[in-house]
Amino acid sequence: MQQVHTSLSQVKAEAKVKAKKRKMKNVLTITLFVSPALIVYALYVIYPILATLNYSFYDWSGSNVGTFIGLQNYVQLFNDSIFWTALLNNTWITLTSVFVQIPLGLIMALMLFAPIKGIKLMSSVYFFPFLMSTVAIGLLWIYMFDPINGSINQLINFFGFENVAWLSGENSALIAVLFVIVWQFAPFYMILFRAAIVGIPEELYEAAEIDGAKPWHKFIKITLPLLMPTIVSSSILAIVGSLKAFDIFYVMTGGGPNHATELMGTYMFKQAFVNFNMGYASAIAFVMFFIALIVVIIIQVLDYYRQKKGVFSE
Amino acid sequence: MKSLSKIPLYLVAVILLIVSGYPFVYMISTALKTQGEFFEQPFSLFTSFTLENFTNVFQLGLTSYFVNSVIVTVIAVGAVVIIGALASYPISRMKFKFNRVLFLLFISGMMLPIHATLIPIFKLSESMGIYDTLYALIGPYIAFSLPISIFILTQFMREIPKSLEEAAQMDGCTHLGIFRHVIMPMLKPALMAVIIYNAIHLWNEFVFALVLISSPESMTLPLGLQAFRGDFAVNVPGLMAALTLASLPILVVYLFSQEKVVKGLTGGAVKG
Repeated sequence: MQQVHTSLSQVKAEAKVKAKKRKMKNVLTITLFVSPALIVYALYVIYPILATLNYSFYDWSGSNVGTFIGLQNYVQLFNDSIFWTALLNNTWITLTSVFVQIPLGLIMALMLFAPIKGIKLMSSVYFFPFLMSTVAIGLLWIYMFDPINGSINQLINFFGFENVAWLSGENSALIAVLFVIVWQFAPFYMILFRAAIVGIPEELYEAAEIDGAKPWHKFIKITLPLLMPTIVSSSILAIVGSLKAFDIFYVMTGGGPNHATELMGTYMFKQAFVNFNMGYASAIAFVMFFIALIVVIIIQVLDYYRQKKGVFSE
Repeated sequence: MKSLSKIPLYLVAVILLIVSGYPFVYMISTALKTQGEFFEQPFSLFTSFTLENFTNVFQLGLTSYFVNSVIVTVIAVGAVVIIGALASYPISRMKFKFNRVLFLLFISGMMLPIHATLIPIFKLSESMGIYDTLYALIGPYIAFSLPISIFILTQFMREIPKSLEEAAQMDGCTHLGIFRHVIMPMLKPALMAVIIYNAIHLWNEFVFALVLISSPESMTLPLGLQAFRGDFAVNVPGLMAALTLASLPILVVYLFSQEKVVKGLTGGAVKG
């Protein structure tokens, strides 16, 4: 009896040691597997955000040691009318993305299922704009919007309108670039919606047809509600993407004329790498980060309540 | 009657076709004109077929931009696939304390505005002595490709049945062995999506290149195109030739494997 007991406790102890060893081994494995990614990520993503926050408290040209000025960069920023124009323009991109781009993407996706000849071939062309680099798209559209030799003016001449100097007018420049953004990204949303439409069970439409539903009714009562999760996630992607916008504006207008198409991104870039106001630029950059953070938190909270209520859930 | 009702559908389809396709037709057709022909007839399509613009573009250094883009893209994508897959393995398949935190930490990078990191990364590349070289781009490219890659890879890894892994463990496989011989072979579709997504995005990347590169020898394609704009201020056909050549690789890949490219590009958002 005694012997049995000791051997049992021995086994237990051995098992404990083994478990501990395995745990140690697991910790080692996890560390080895994760650390390459974590090191690169910490160096190029996490550290820079903290450094940006730190720089934003300095008056600093980038080369010498800066002077600590507390929150002065932020005070200056909130009194800077160019910054507010930039913020407004970022908002315009968000609104255009959500209310023009996404509906257009949905229409394009529905067209892919239209019973017409050649749609497959045409749909491969629909996707082209999303593949090209933004710089190439910007350069191409600069010439499309050219006041004299541009195709856009050629087209509006045809309909009896006068030539417009698109990219040099303060309002028309913004409209022109927003148009190009829609042109570039609508195909992306088309693909998202296509995948969602494929997932809708055919029987629902068949049942509706038996009940004598018109195509429009089928769309409102079946397609649209079932696409709601995709519309929500597309909107999130669009909003987050809008905050990051930079390339197309930088290439097409450079934020001009007279800051009319300035974005937070282009303004930050100019302050940092043209004017060498690195402290001030860091403040702009950190505000961009902060806005993105707020947006993400709002989305998370809404998502939490949505899941709780079960509305729109798949 | 039935075919008549389809006319509006055809109309919409053709309008979409023209709006999405015309700029490309214009670009290629203009690239094939001489400057004189362009000024005479800026809108005529495929009226001439000069190849002079293309040879000019190569003489102006397009080849070196091209090579730089290939180098940076290949190295960064290769590295992202390896270290992204390595990190995704414990995050998706092992239980530990910081599991969820790590996952959120990585994928929150998808939401991050790049501008919030530009100045420190610029200073970092200067202090490491790699400013204005291709090395300066590799680090940020890997770091900013990790979030989407880990997002896609963990999604796929979670779906691999646990039993496969347990069987391998019984046979005395280590985690590295399981990762290499069980997980990786099953990940092919996900790895393909990760490669395509990142390759296209990095091929087209502009902001980091703009901040970290200044001399023409180190420029990647998007930056080089932007520089061409100065050289070709009045030579529209020349610029169009450059744009055509720069867009060609992706368009060719797309035409040969459409579904894969489409799936890869939307891999983060579309499951399956």
